[in-house]
Amino acid sequence: MYKMAVLGDYDSIYGFAALGLDTFPVGDTTEAAEQLKHLYKGNYAVIYITEAMYNALGEILEQFEEVALPAIIPIPGIYGNTGVGIANVKAFVEKAVGSDIIFNSEN
Amino acid sequence: MASTTINPTRMELNRLKKKLTTAIRGHKLLKDKRDELMRQFLEMVRENKALREKVEAGILAANKNFVIAKAAMSSEALKVALMAPKQEVFLETSERNVMSVNIPVFEYKTRTSDPNDIYSYGFAFTSSDLDGAVKSLADILPDMLRLAEVEQSCRLMAAEIEKTRRRVNALEHVMIPQTQETIKFITMKLDENERSTQIRLMKVKDMMLAEAHGYND
Repeated sequence: MYKMAVLGDYDSIYGFAALGLDTFPVGDTTEAAEQLKHLYKGNYAVIYITEAMYNALGEILEQFEEVALPAIIPIPGIYGNTGVGIANVKAFVEKAVGSDIIFNSEN
Repeated sequence: MASTTINPTRMELNRLKKKLTTAIRGHKLLKDKRDELMRQFLEMVRENKALREKVEAGILAANKNFVIAKAAMSSEALKVALMAPKQEVFLETSERNVMSVNIPVFEYKTRTSDPNDIYSYGFAFTSSDLDGAVKSLADILPDMLRLAEVEQSCRLMAAEIEKTRRRVNALEHVMIPQTQETIKFITMKLDENERSTQIRLMKVKDMMLAEAHGYND
C-alpha cells in the first residue's frame, strides 16, 4: 500500500493535507534534497513537488529518472507556473521522436 | 568493410550467414516494437499534455481560493484547521506491460468510505472560503493522480523508444551492412581460391601429359 507525498514551500502545499496526502514543507533546496532522499526510500508511489523546488533540485532529480516508482511530478506552486511541467512533456516528445511534433503546431 | 582478421572459410561463411538472418529478423522485430511504442506514446503524450494543462489550471484556481481563505482567517486558525487531516489517500499500484515497458497503474483508495469527507475542521470557526478552497483542490485530485500515472509512463516510454531507436539504427546502418560486406568478401575469396585450384590442376595435368607423351605445346 503506497502513499502520496507533496514537497514544497509551506504556502503552496498546505491545502493538500486536507485531502489526505502527506505534506512535507521545506524551506530551502538542501532541506528539500534531504527530504526527497528520505521520501524516495519511504513508501511513496507519487511525489508531487512544486515547480520552484523542481527547478532548484535539477541535478538531484536526474538520478531518479529511470525508475518506475516513485513518480516525481512537478506541480505549480503558489508563486505561479514556471512552465517546467509542460517543458518536461515537450522533452519527452523530443527524446522519443527526435523533434517536437506535439507542441510545434501551436507556437 | 572486410577487416583483416576474418578467416575466409566455409565455416565462417555459414556462421556469418546465420548471424545475418538473425540480425535481419531482429531488425524487423525491433522496428515493429519501435513503431508500436511510438503510436502508444503519442497517444499518451497527448493525454499528458491535456491533463497537465487541466491540473495546472486547477491548482492555480485552488491556490487563489486558498489565498482568499487565508486572508479571511488568522494563519494560526488555518493551521489548526488543517493540522489533523481526516482523510487519507492510499495508492494501490500495479504494472501494465506495454511492449516490454512496465508502466505503472495507480488505483486510489481513501481511508473513509466517503471521498467527500475532506473537511478536517468544524465549520464554526473557519471561513467558508476555506471549504471552497479545499473542495476545489479535492476536485482535481483524480486528475492529478492520472497525470502522475501518464507522465511517469511517458517518461519511461520515451526512454525505451530512444533505446529501441538506437538499436534499430545500429542494426540497420552498421551491423547488417558490415555482415553483408564480410559475407561478400568471403564468397569472393572462396571463389578465387577455387579458380586458382582449378588452374593449378590444369597446369599439373599439362605437365604430366608432357612428361608421359612428349607433348610440348
